[in-house]
Amino acid sequence: MKSSVITFPGSNCDRDMDVALKKFGFKNKMVWHADTELPKSDLVVLPGGFSYGDYLRCGSMASKSKIMQSIINFANSGGMVMGICNGFQILVETGLVPGVLLRNKYLEFICKNVFVKINDKKNKYFKNVDNEVLEFHIAHNEGNYFCTNDQLKEIEDNNQVAINYCDRNGKVEDQFNPNGSIKNIAGIFNKEKNVLGMMPHPERMIDTSLSGEDGSLFFKNLINNLK
Amino acid sequence: MKISVIITLKKDVLDPQGKVIHQTLDGMGFDDINEVRQGKYFEIDTKESDNVKAKAKVEDMCKKLLANLVIENYKIIDPK
Repeated sequence: MKSSVITFPGSNCDRDMDVALKKFGFKNKMVWHADTELPKSDLVVLPGGFSYGDYLRCGSMASKSKIMQSIINFANSGGMVMGICNGFQILVETGLVPGVLLRNKYLEFICKNVFVKINDKKNKYFKNVDNEVLEFHIAHNEGNYFCTNDQLKEIEDNNQVAINYCDRNGKVEDQFNPNGSIKNIAGIFNKEKNVLGMMPHPERMIDTSLSGEDGSLFFKNLINNLK
Repeated sequence: MKISVIITLKKDVLDPQGKVIHQTLDGMGFDDINEVRQGKYFEIDTKESDNVKAKAKVEDMCKKLLANLVIENYKIIDPK
């Protein structure tokens, strides 16, 4: 399986993602934002970081990068595109997934482990994951998911919510919502579910001695689903 | 020609920064404030000399980059 990780000026989780993808069997290529052609890929990842210093709105500048047109075309033809953290912010700015990410409700930068409940498994990202709840890491200032009421209705009607913040038992309640996101939304799909944007970082949970293994579950499963 | 744009958050969008500014002002003794909403201001100096064309271009910029229409409104201020 071939993957591509896009590096924007200010990306800082691109190499972590490269390590994670390779660890679980992807042949990964790093792609520079100013390139126009996307290498042949089964998965494209927009990594976390602070592309363009978060100027204007997080992800807004990166969403207009030269490489993005190829990625939009790739996504629109059914290609798998995953945006993590800043990558999620870039995805909402391109319009590939609905909604926006606002400043965290209590204005603080949040850096901690959280639990997320998988809301939908009828997709290539979470199909066959045995667990209902995964422990991932979040580190963001703008992860407060927001959308209009009309968008929310459409998202829910199409079952586009990927994961919700919850406690370790999978209880999705306001007290387990770290950043004020509508309905505890931590990750969301496009309608076709080939594009996934999420705030949590699975690539930070791939080593028991450093963090945890729930990211390993995610990546092992992902590559099997793509085969 | 210089054209100014003001971007504001839509009415229903939470503005935590505005809220904190409100609270701080309140604490400083400015206690008659109903609400504070924070926005953005841009000054765009364009080579376009035709007023109508320049405004149309800036409007396009607003829609494509300067504002995110899910949460923000934009207002173009007439060039002088």
